[in-house]
Amino acid sequence: MLSREQVQYIAALSRINLQEEEIVLLQKTLTDILTYIEKLKKLDVANVKPTSHVLPLENVFRDDAVKPSLAQSEVMNLSVSHSRGAFKVPQVIE
Amino acid sequence: MNDAQELETVIGLEVHLQLNTESKIFCGCANRFGQEPNSLTCPVCLGLPGSLPVLNQKALLYAIRIAVALNAQVQPFVKFDRKNYYYPDLPKGYQISQYDLPIAFAGFIMISSEGKPKRIGIKRAHLEEDAGKLIHDASANCSLVDYNRTGTPLMEIVSEPDIRSPQEAYDYLTTLKLTLQYLHVSDCDMEKGSLRCDANISVRKKADSTLGKKTEIKNLNSFKAVKNALEFEADRHRTQLLSGDRIIQETRLWNDEKQSTVPMRSKEEAHDYRYFPEPDLVPLTLSEEAIEEIRRVMPELPAAKWERFRQQYSLSEYDAKILIQQPSIADFFEACTHLSKEIKKICNWIIGPVAAELNARKVGIEVLNLTPIHLVDLIKEVETGAISHLAGKDVLKMMLDTGKAPATIIEEEGLAQVSNSDELEKIVSAVFNENSKVVAQIKEGKETAMGFLVGQAMKQAQGKANPKMLAEIIKRRITDA
Ligand SMILES: [Zn+2]
Repeated sequence: MLSREQVQYIAALSRINLQEEEIVLLQKTLTDILTYIEKLKKLDVANVKPTSHVLPLENVFRDDAVKPSLAQSEVMNLSVSHSRGAFKVPQVIE
Repeated sequence: MNDAQELETVIGLEVHLQLNTESKIFCGCANRFGQEPNSLTCPVCLGLPGSLPVLNQKALLYAIRIAVALNAQVQPFVKFDRKNYYYPDLPKGYQISQYDLPIAFAGFIMISSEGKPKRIGIKRAHLEEDAGKLIHDASANCSLVDYNRTGTPLMEIVSEPDIRSPQEAYDYLTTLKLTLQYLHVSDCDMEKGSLRCDANISVRKKADSTLGKKTEIKNLNSFKAVKNALEFEADRHRTQLLSGDRIIQETRLWNDEKQSTVPMRSKEEAHDYRYFPEPDLVPLTLSEEAIEEIRRVMPELPAAKWERFRQQYSLSEYDAKILIQQPSIADFFEACTHLSKEIKKICNWIIGPVAAELNARKVGIEVLNLTPIHLVDLIKEVETGAISHLAGKDVLKMMLDTGKAPATIIEEEGLAQVSNSDELEKIVSAVFNENSKVVAQIKEGKETAMGFLVGQAMKQAQGKANPKMLAEIIKRRITDA
């Protein structure tokens, strides 16, 4: 069973606020997922080629050519708050 | 542990290099610095739902070029990974980067450390997208976000902890930068942020096989700052170790005004990036032939050029070193050598007066009005005595200001020396007539008065007489007479 602290840690990384009942629910559902993964790990994959992508595609590129960007005003319309052409967010210090 | 001599400084450097492709790494937005905020963005680099990234082939090519120049292994199978973190400079909530399979690994560069060659390992170099730019406005209690930089192709180059002093770190950076400049893959301009550097430093007992607790230093805006910050941290670590204090593993910010580092205020939780393979991009396989082709068309790198300049042009180590310090200067020098065989003179003019003008004007040779043929012509004018060496420097300045040919400037400014012997003989005759007493004194042995006669003749010629010819004529006349 995933601990309360583990769920709260994941929530903090994802910037999600959880209610008490959600923490309990997620402890259970996330544990179910991990249990299933444990089951998958038991499969014999000795003869399966490792894959990092589900599509049978490789080497898809684009040429280094400039295409028009969106207009600044159009982009600013997507924001909740903006100032002088920039997105305005609560102050962050790192 | 009471002898500071037994302690050893261990440094590793992380360099971030913006690649100068036309467009961004995963979308067609222009990759350009200094534009209106958020004027170079699109659904892909803003991370809008439903948009898909596609890799810019040029960015990949540049990355491989860098790998080859760093003597690194090139990953035959390339994939991208998501590095997850929430910060407003990252619109998607993750950065597309490379985790376990960096495009380049196990490389090295050779630096000169205290005159001796030293190999600095390159642990890895990987391709990723740059983040946006935050401007903190403390007074308004907010941060402003500009996503123009988001998606700029970025190469992260991580050295092995092979560097043993701040000076070596400085030498590594200058050597690395010069190599990268020769590849023409980046502006390598720290002021514009196209080249950035973070440093890791720890101090340990020389006999120890494990590393000491390290400090990561950020906010290093010049190679000089890197060196100064490392010197400060090396001292701080040593003092703490010698007094028996523990070093905390932390990130510190360099303050250039105070010339000291301060701990970075950081979020409580440790960084946990939860890397996983990027599902929006398909993997790449690089064939040996494709890499070989890139290797074949690699530009000549500085170390090779230095060697060749010494051999081919019989230049001294010093002269060759100065010439290769800027790729554009090296190219200019070579273009001149195709026009004239006066190699040493060309070299002297470039590393002397031309370099002085470039420094004074703070520009590169490529933006000046100077063509190789004009410089070679100027050197000819000085060598034939048409103008004096001093006047030559003035003519050079005017050439740079106007882009005019040296002959045109000499004519317009009336700078030509009188090298016509008939004319000079006439001047000398006049001077001898006016100063017969002095001439007599010289003949009696007062040779120091010769200078006076030369001065008088030069005055008559309004300073434009060829001084060498003038002196010769005066000497001959005195001996002959
Ligand atoms: Zn874009």
